[in-house]
Amino acid sequence: MNEGKTYWLDRKENVTIVYRAVWAVCGLLLLVDPLVHKHEAFGFAEWFGFFGFFGFFACVGLVLTAKALRRVLKRPENYYEH
Amino acid sequence: MSIEFPTALILILGALAVPFLRGRVRALWMLALPVLAFAHLVVMPTGEYVQPGFLGQTLVLMRVDRLSLAFGYIFTIATLLNVIYSLHEDDPYQQVAALAYAGSALGAVFAGDLITLFIYWELTAVTSVVLIWARRTERARRAAMRYLLVQLASGMLLLAGAVVHFQASGSIRFDLLGVGAPGSWLILLAFGIKCAFPLLHNWLQDAYPEATVTGTVWLSAFTTKLAVYALARGYAGTEMLIWIGAVMTAFPIFYAVIENDLRRVLAYSLNNQLGFMVVGVGIGTELAINGTVAHAFSHILYKALLFMSMGAVLLRAGTVNGSQLGGLYKSMPWTTGFCIVGAASISAFPLFSGFISKALILGAAADGGYTITWLVLLFASAGVFHHSGIKIPYFAFFAHDSKIRCAEAPRNMLIAMGLTAVLCVGIGVYPDALYRLLPHAVTFVPYTSAHVLTQLQLLLFSALAFSVLMRTGLYPPELRAVNLDCDWFYRKLAPALVGVATTLIGAFRQIASEVMGRLGAPLARVIRETHGDGGPLSKTLSTGTMALWISMLLAAYLVMYYV
Repeated sequence: MNEGKTYWLDRKENVTIVYRAVWAVCGLLLLVDPLVHKHEAFGFAEWFGFFGFFGFFACVGLVLTAKALRRVLKRPENYYEH
Repeated sequence: MSIEFPTALILILGALAVPFLRGRVRALWMLALPVLAFAHLVVMPTGEYVQPGFLGQTLVLMRVDRLSLAFGYIFTIATLLNVIYSLHEDDPYQQVAALAYAGSALGAVFAGDLITLFIYWELTAVTSVVLIWARRTERARRAAMRYLLVQLASGMLLLAGAVVHFQASGSIRFDLLGVGAPGSWLILLAFGIKCAFPLLHNWLQDAYPEATVTGTVWLSAFTTKLAVYALARGYAGTEMLIWIGAVMTAFPIFYAVIENDLRRVLAYSLNNQLGFMVVGVGIGTELAINGTVAHAFSHILYKALLFMSMGAVLLRAGTVNGSQLGGLYKSMPWTTGFCIVGAASISAFPLFSGFISKALILGAAADGGYTITWLVLLFASAGVFHHSGIKIPYFAFFAHDSKIRCAEAPRNMLIAMGLTAVLCVGIGVYPDALYRLLPHAVTFVPYTSAHVLTQLQLLLFSALAFSVLMRTGLYPPELRAVNLDCDWFYRKLAPALVGVATTLIGAFRQIASEVMGRLGAPLARVIRETHGDGGPLSKTLSTGTMALWISMLLAAYLVMYYV
């Protein structure tokens, strides 16, 4: 199926476009942040861009911690087989 | 004909007819059963029906109220979608088990007493295990046995708890128990096993990915959500559950990040989503219970959709290992699209189902002032987008091209995924449809500009984190490996201990037999000399002598006493 066909995402520069688009959308979400009136139960949640920064650092922390956990938890694929 | 009969029987008795039907008739029959069951629930007025006597107690086979109905509706909807998804298979063994399994879960939801609950509880275990066995590999067979043992243990605990509860209270009714009621801890433990509480969770990640292509989708819908229902019924407002649930949302996502089998990744994220529901039960306010029910409802749909898409990949590409997949969007564009809808729903993107259900639980946590819990849930929300929302579609359908070229999923699978996707979006766009089914009236408004903005910030910045880690090469690659979890204790430690014990006992036997071999003959001679005929220890003494000795002892005692 579609052996020879080249897809849009097959080109490296297009992946870079996607990558930059993510940055751009995030920037945009920060720009509109002051325009929206928030009514959070916790005061700190109303800080500028709180949810964005929380999400970014939560994920970086999550991935790096999980990566470190691999050193302790990783076993060969057939570990339980014998 | 009276409509007052257990809805579960439509599916369970209907399942028994399946092996006798062929081809299109069987397909139509299987499609008709969940539709009939759903219609039955729609016409049943609230109340309690079918109450046979049992050992002087009254069983309640059909308790219809808003809580049981909400779960009843979604269970029958899930049954219909799963039937469509598995129509391409001609395996009556699985088809009977799957329908009976769905029926048992339905029966348990409508059970008004602990004995009926127990019977259906066990039925879900013995019917669902067939869906793992049916993979027909040694690996699946062993996983199925472990699964069955854990499930039956949960049932035994439930029965024990019910008996203790009955002896103390004289009632077998299943209403709000709380941890103060007699036998309550046993019942909570039984529910906790089935709900995959932390440290009791590993049967889920162990067994679900080993089931058949369609079996995993069936399994994902019923067992754990039945446990959520049971918790909501029996333990609403039990504060301990807030902490248990919060831990549940957080720790499985670390495993999900480094797991290679994408169906196991989904099993970890299933566990994480259950955590949100358990937190809702623990908070126990009307808003929180609504949140739990709503989230269970939308979760069953988007989780089924994700498992369906990975099932299609397993069927067509022959593997769901992230390390071997990639670029499948070229071969399976529809499956890719449906998977992304499921991913957006579980991640709680605005306009998708997770957005309008998870928000109720986070709102309830905020209202109750549970700051730490709220932060943990927020962390888990970012994390779930990361591993279910991005990792699953990315490694299966995009990433580097694995050069696997396969056919698109069978048409029935595409239809099932399409319908499920429509429901996921439908609930997200029109939340009132779901809110109207919830146990309590809903005043919550999910679509405010602040909520949409903050949620988009959380998700897009999580996506940014993924992109940055990918571009910088810091993201851990998918590796062919297993990661140690709680099952290590019973899959490695316990057999190792048995091994050590066997070796020790063997060694002891050897030493003992050698010692006896060498010492045996001389020892026997000594024993014969002392205890044998005429030996000093086998002499008979006269009664008089004995009496004399006793009186002397008594006299000595008296003297000692006065001294």
